[in-house]
Parts: sequence; structure tokens; C-alpha cells
Amino acid sequence: MSATIPYEYKYLRAKKRFPHVWCPGCGIGIVMGSIIRAVDAMGWEKDDIVMVSGIGCTSRMPVYVDFNTLHATHGRGLAFGTGVKMANPDLNVMAVMGDGDSLAIGGNHIIHAARRNIDITAVIVNNNNYGMTGGQFSPTTPPGAKTSTTPYGMIEPGFDVCRLMDGAGASFVARGTVYHVTELDNMILKAFMKKGFSVVEALAPCPTNFGRANRLGGPVEMMKLLKDNTINISQLKTMKPDETKDKIVRGIFVDRDSISYGDRYLALCEKAKKTAEAKK
Amino acid sequence: MIVPWGETRLVQGNEAVALGAIAAGIDFFAGYPITPSTEIAELLAQYMPLLDKKWIQMEDEIASVSALIGGRLAGSKSMTATSGPGFSLMQEGLGYACMTEVPIVVVNVMRGGPSTGLPTQAAQGDVMQARWGTHGDHPVIALAPCDVRECFELTIRAFNLSEIFRTPVILLPDEIIGHMRERIVFPRKEDVHVVPMSVPDVPVEWYEHYHESTSNVSPMASFGSGYRYHVTGLMHDVHGFPTRKKDEVQAKMDRLKHKITRRLDELEDVRMHDVEESSVVIFAYGSVYRSALAAQAILKKKRKTVGIFRPVTLWPFPDRTVKEMLDSKDVVLVPELNQGQLIHEVERMTRDSVRVVPLHRIDGYEITPEEIVDAVLEVT
Repeated sequence: MSATIPYEYKYLRAKKRFPHVWCPGCGIGIVMGSIIRAVDAMGWEKDDIVMVSGIGCTSRMPVYVDFNTLHATHGRGLAFGTGVKMANPDLNVMAVMGDGDSLAIGGNHIIHAARRNIDITAVIVNNNNYGMTGGQFSPTTPPGAKTSTTPYGMIEPGFDVCRLMDGAGASFVARGTVYHVTELDNMILKAFMKKGFSVVEALAPCPTNFGRANRLGGPVEMMKLLKDNTINISQLKTMKPDETKDKIVRGIFVDRDSISYGDRYLALCEKAKKTAEAKK
Repeated sequence: MIVPWGETRLVQGNEAVALGAIAAGIDFFAGYPITPSTEIAELLAQYMPLLDKKWIQMEDEIASVSALIGGRLAGSKSMTATSGPGFSLMQEGLGYACMTEVPIVVVNVMRGGPSTGLPTQAAQGDVMQARWGTHGDHPVIALAPCDVRECFELTIRAFNLSEIFRTPVILLPDEIIGHMRERIVFPRKEDVHVVPMSVPDVPVEWYEHYHESTSNVSPMASFGSGYRYHVTGLMHDVHGFPTRKKDEVQAKMDRLKHKITRRLDELEDVRMHDVEESSVVIFAYGSVYRSALAAQAILKKKRKTVGIFRPVTLWPFPDRTVKEMLDSKDVVLVPELNQGQLIHEVERMTRDSVRVVPLHRIDGYEITPEEIVDAVLEVT
């Protein structure tokens, strides 16, 4: 491979599947880059990686990457992924999902994947709305925000993805943005390294729908918002409370060691066999 | 040894399904508790860890069928068991498995519906849901056992057909069949034919996940085996990548249909008793068939000969054989534990001169032999 071609190309189905479906200024491609760089850092073989997804803009990612890829039904990426991981624990399974896919229609599956602590990394690209269907509100649309189905403003509170995943029992929970790319690369890498269920929420702009509906400007302005409206968790200590109260906090919120579902299942098999043996 | 090969045992229908799954080489079960199918999940929870096979209780039926598809793509023979309400939820995954040609087995122990209905009582109300429950045009294979031994045999056949045709196969015992106990003689292991998971032998760069012809299926590679491919519920080309090209869409839809309709001989399974010599025939399946057999014996004592026609494979419907065997009869009585489902298929395949007579029972109880006898005497 020519030195002038970025190594990311090694992981893309470049000849077959481009151009991609994402709009100009969309953040999903940046997350895909972060995932690829983290995969490269892990040194995984492409044959040993399974990327699953549901339905939506983010869920179109699997078609572009040269792994074993599974574009499932809406919200069910983690349920499909659970089957993959159970069937072949040697595979490195990751799920990429949007906010609507993972938290609305897939809400049941993600809390139970976290509770089980199945050894899957979930990357949630949160752009605050359903982009593919034309910008309807999602479980992370901020109160007051306008979308095509909240023409008078959003009246429902949104989910805090990271607190939800912490409460449900995930082993690793982090939030980054597509502006802070190096930080995001690192979060996804740490999530891959973590045994058990790991979640990375990546905040991303949707200039075509959410940005336009709320007059947030174009791609550049929306990137700047990610820069200005978020702070790293370490800044909470140095900044005054009134400076941080309206900011979204980035960082690693949960990083705990607990036995993954797969390992607990293997132990169960041993126990079952011993019990059966003792009965004989 | 979990399957008592060659031995005689008193076994429940649901238990026979679980043992049939073990005999067929099940690697992965994912399910959600629902009456009257729970014994299948419970027994497999007991057996499968002993064999280092994977078993999981998911958060709902949608997750269960989704996990099955993921499991099979990663190289595990996969099955779930459910009943009406859960079967409704599984339609999404069944459609995905049809579209992506992933072999899975779904057991639906039929109970009374609609909705929560009669959880502990029998019905045959899901026959049409099995055929048309998921959206879009799609093929389906569904089998209906009539006794405990068939629960064992047809579970194995369901796994085999799913692998051969690369499509989901639905097993449709009714609650009576699932919950009754019978003495059965298990076959010897060497007498049971188990179809292994297919493995492609072409070089990686030649691999096409879907067959290029419009009637065949190709061996399906497993994730992790070195053949990387894409799977999507979107319309796709032979490599699995999304397409809207009309030629590719047409070829895909043709293959989904023709892979079933051009190999009907391998799928059709019809059992007949005295059909040729009788002008009156009872068309029955599942538990109703047992009452039909008893009714036939009662009628024989009354010097009245009736035939019995039983489809074991409900879908695809045995069109040709129904036409050949029933189109010249005076009366075909179709007793069903529903308000009339397969009767319409019988009507479709017989001319107007054949009186196709329904006999429904939808109160949760079995159709008795006497009810069938009375119905026969009434129409003859």
C-alpha cells in the first residue's frame, strides 16, 4: 500500500461501497475513523471483528468497513450481537448505534446488555434526533429543541446516556465528541480493551436536520458548539460551579472490573457438569 | 447421554422438542418464558451447559429471535421456543431471517388467541400468522407434529430443512401436543439423519454470500471463518450489499420464492389413510388428526368408510397432492381449532363440486372424535 494512502483505508471497503450516505458536516464518519484507529491500535485481525448495528444513519456504518458486518433491525443490534458473542466468544464484537436506535426502540436491549455485562463495545453516536427519517425528536433531544415532530419545542426530558449505562451495570462508560477526536480515539480504544459491556457516547452534529431546525448554523458552527459547550471531567475540579453548570461533561465515568457474561456462562457449564458428575 | 437413543420412554411433547433439538445438534438457544412452551426452554437450560452449548434467556422475544440470527451467523445452530404473543413479536426477526437467508428454528406451541387469549389451552390459530405474519413477500416452511414422537422427529427435520433451504423453519405443535405425554421409542442414533451446517469451499475472494441463480442457495460462511461479508435487511446483491438495481432486486425475490417452490418434493409431507377408496375425507393436522383417527374407527364400526388426509408440512401447502387426491371427492371435512384457516387452502385446490365443510372449535378444548363423527354423518 502506498505511503500516501492513510492506513485507515486498509479497513474500508473503499472500492465497493463509497460514496457514503452521510450528509456534509455529519459527525458519523469521524466516529468511524476513531473506531478504525482503535481497531488498528488493538491489532485485531479483520476476520475476527464483527460490527453490528440497527437502523438509522449511524447504523449504515457497517457497510463501509471491511469486517464481518451485520446491519440488523431497528434497535436490535445488541440483541444480534449478543447471539454472535455467545456463539463465538473469540470474535471481537462492537455495536454502532444512533441515539434513537439504542435508547428508544433499542432501550430494552441496551439496559439488559449492560446488566448482563456481555463482552461487547457499544458506540452510540448521539446527534439528538432521528436523522435518516428527516429529523424527528429522539430520547436525547434537549428540552425546548425543535425537530420535525416537535414544531413547538420538545417537552420531554432527555436521557443522560452515561448515567443510564452506569445504573444498568456497564463496565466502562465514557462520553466524547467528534470535535475532540484524539480523546474519542482513546475512549474507544479503552472500551475495546475492557472485558464486559463498554459504552462510548460520541456527541455529533446533524447540521442537515437538528442544526437547521434549531438555527445552530452549518457544520463549522456546530463543531464549535461541541467545543464550547463541553468540558472535560478534569475541568470540574478547576472551574467554578456556575461556569460548569450548563456544560456537557466529557470523560470516562465508569471503569470497573466485573466478570463478563461469557466468562460467567463458562463457569456455569463447569458447575453444571460437576453437579451432574456428582449425581452419578 | 441426554437423548435416550434406542430406548423406550414416557415423554412430554415439549420435552421431545428439546430432545429433538439436542439430537439435531443445537448449539444455541435464546428464548423468553411463555406458556405453554416453557418446558422446552427449561429442559434446554438444564441440558445445554452439560454439553458446553450456549443457552440464554433474553429480555423479550424480539431479542430472542435477533440473538438466534446473530448466533447462526457466527456458526451456531440456533432455536427458540414461544407461543402466540411471543410469536407475534418474533415476526420482525423471522422476516429478517427470511430476507438474509439465515437458518433458524422457531417453535410456536400454539395457544388460544387473539392477544393473551387462553394461555394454557390449545388452538391452531397461528397457521396463517406462520405463513404471512411478517411483512413483505417471503417464503416460509412450517411443520405440524401430531404426537410426541413427531415432536422429536420434526424438530430434527426443522433444523435440517432450515440448513438445506437457508431459511427459518417454524414448528407448530398445538398446546395439546406440547403438553401430552406418550410412550415413545427413540430411534437409534445411527438411524437419524442430521444435516450439518454448510461450509463454503471456494477461495475467499470468490465467495458470494447469496447464490447467483434464482433458485439455489449457497453454503453460508460463518463470521470468523475468514470469509468477510455484509448482512443487511435492506434489499441486497449476491455479496449482501444494499442494492436498488431492478435486475438484482428481481433476482433476489425470485430466489427467495423459487428456492422453496422448485423443491417442493423435498418439503411435502402428507400422510393419508383410506383416502383413495373414500368419497368422504377428513382433512386434519396436529391434535385434531388424533380425533380424526378415532372418529374413523368409530365410523368403521358403523360401516362407514372415511379417509384421512394429514399435511405434516403445512407450509408450503401441498397444493398438487390436495388437488390430485381430493378434487374428485364428494365431501372434505376440515376440522380445525380456529375459525377456518387451512380450509381456505383446501377450497382453493378443489373444484366447486367438492363440498368442503368446516368444523371449528375455538373454546380452548379439543375437537372430540364424536364431534367429527356427527359432522360426517350430518353431511353424508
